[in-house]
Amino acid sequence: MRHAFIALFALMSLAANAKETVRIAFIGPLTGGNSAIGLGGRNSADLAVRLRNADAKAKYSYELVVLDDECKPDAGVQMATKAGSDRTIVGGVTNYCSVVAMAAVDTYHRFGLPAIVWGAVLPDITYKNDFKEVHRVNGTMINQNETNAKFMAEHGYRNVAIIHDTTDYGKGHDKYFTQFFTQAGGKIAGDFGVTADQQDFTAELTQIKALRPDALYFGGLTPIGVRIRAQMDKLGLNVQFDGTSGIVNDDFIKALGPIAEGALAFREGAPAEKLAHGKDFLEQYNKQGYAQPPEAYGPFAYAAAVLLMDAIEKAGPDRRKIIEQLSPAHVKDVDSIAGKITFDDHGQNTVPVITKYVVQDGKWVMWEDSEYSSGKRKLAK
Amino acid sequence: MALLGQYAMNGAMLGMMYALVAVGFTLFFGVLDIIQFSHGDVVAAGAFAGLLAYAALTALGVQAPGVLLLAVTLAAALATAIVGVLVARFLVLPIKGAPQLNVLLVTLMMGTVVRECIRLFFPNGSQPQRFPALLPSSGWNIGAFYLRFDNVILLACGALLIAATHLLITRTRLGLAIRAVAQDEETARTMGIDFKRVVLVTFAIGSVLAAFAGVMDGLYYNEVFFGMGLLLGVIGFAAAILGGLGNLYGAIVGGFLFAALQTVGAVALPFASAYKDVFAFGVVIVLMAIRPTGLIGERASERV
Repeated sequence: MRHAFIALFALMSLAANAKETVRIAFIGPLTGGNSAIGLGGRNSADLAVRLRNADAKAKYSYELVVLDDECKPDAGVQMATKAGSDRTIVGGVTNYCSVVAMAAVDTYHRFGLPAIVWGAVLPDITYKNDFKEVHRVNGTMINQNETNAKFMAEHGYRNVAIIHDTTDYGKGHDKYFTQFFTQAGGKIAGDFGVTADQQDFTAELTQIKALRPDALYFGGLTPIGVRIRAQMDKLGLNVQFDGTSGIVNDDFIKALGPIAEGALAFREGAPAEKLAHGKDFLEQYNKQGYAQPPEAYGPFAYAAAVLLMDAIEKAGPDRRKIIEQLSPAHVKDVDSIAGKITFDDHGQNTVPVITKYVVQDGKWVMWEDSEYSSGKRKLAK
Repeated sequence: MALLGQYAMNGAMLGMMYALVAVGFTLFFGVLDIIQFSHGDVVAAGAFAGLLAYAALTALGVQAPGVLLLAVTLAAALATAIVGVLVARFLVLPIKGAPQLNVLLVTLMMGTVVRECIRLFFPNGSQPQRFPALLPSSGWNIGAFYLRFDNVILLACGALLIAATHLLITRTRLGLAIRAVAQDEETARTMGIDFKRVVLVTFAIGSVLAAFAGVMDGLYYNEVFFGMGLLLGVIGFAAAILGGLGNLYGAIVGGFLFAALQTVGAVALPFASAYKDVFAFGVVIVLMAIRPTGLIGERASERV
């Protein structure tokens, strides 16, 4: 009997020495047309977890549970439910696609699961409801479209035609770009809503060609962005192509080849190599030997995972306490690899950094560094 | 006017692709009275087989667009012919006597298998793939109308292919056999026609047409993706039904009519063009209610 007690005590003290394992979820599109961004985000969140686990000072040992939302609302809600109903998961780094995030926030709220959105840009995700569970490290499409509209107006574009997909995501882009562009004195030549899986755009583009705009604004994601840009070329519609954060990834360029040249796009945050700690991030990332690059939103996924784990370190693996730890009172001017993070009452990061991009020689280049900005090359007119 | 020309051209390209797919549906229905629901995904398989041939040849250093185009088309045709024959031999023929629903279900599942195989086994298959532009990209700008050589070439080839299929069925011994099987299987058998062979050949022909639709799609949009056959299959099927299932002309008429409806839906309707498919399929429903046997009904002309 006595021996048994001693053994039991020995076992208990051993357990106390070994770190408790805490599980956090990563949710993003790992298959389908937007999987490049999703895989980059997953790798980045994974990197954050690996680095934390290597840190001897960390109180807990972390495990990343990776879930695929396929960029589809139904799958997104399923995954949110899976993460939410699993009590061993105490928080999540969630969603790139706006429609999916929009569908999933209710679920996060219902299960009381702290979620930090790492890529979706629809304002409603944080602002439509007053869910204490939902946070976002990246900016919203409002900021991005404001910069976009001003940029276009400043560069002499007066008459812009719009194609947007008819999801909440595309409609949001349409609304905010129209608002800011008309404020800046521009005119919308025509506004076309298309389905997110449409293949043929020749009818819309022919109409647009007849309207004689000097640029085409596209509010949507990469797959149909590629088709629209390719079919513009087929119809001889050679006006400036102006995109959103939804097309800032390598697949857009890979699928289009040389005709991607000169396409514009705007995104929250700055490229990893321009960030304060971006070099370290890329160095660490490359050391892990991931099969895919971090892509545009990787740094946000990394920052979200770090923020979540910091909160867990302070509050312990308890969902309610973590949410408290992520409230505006605690998240103010927090340094992250994606810039400073300050949450407002809705859990929205209020420090938007918008970066302008242009495709130059098969790469997304920051506008300021491009030959288009220096005047060596010219945008389409 | 120039604008109208552009719309007509866009519509004609779509119509040709739909017609090529619809003719396949109609051929299969003609000989076996079945719906081959994986036909749309056979289109995608053709396009991707062409893409593979292109990648292989360019890796070997072949540059001439003519040679590449020929290789792409042949590879696509060969791959789809094999898929079509395999579907007929191992899925459709064994359950020929079973209720039609079984064939429908089996081919529907087969379509998913083909689609997912492309996605999983083609390198980076989940992403849209760039399809090479192998035809001359120049053209004339006539006002708002941009007439491209490649569109003209594709349309002409499509028309030739359909004409050749028509001649094959009406003027050759093989065509006679196909028509005989379509008319009455039992009698055809007693006349000494090798039923199984005729069915397999018909599936090969229909699938080769699908291959051309796939390559045409790729050359026209310069982009293919694994799920491209899904909507194409549904539209091709709708077009075949609309024209009158089992009737070659009906499939062609149906294909072009559907493309016209889509174009009208996108252009002429006051509300957003996102509703063009709603409009086109809506009209198909109405037309089916008015003429259940299709525009060129079976009663009006013989099958296939």
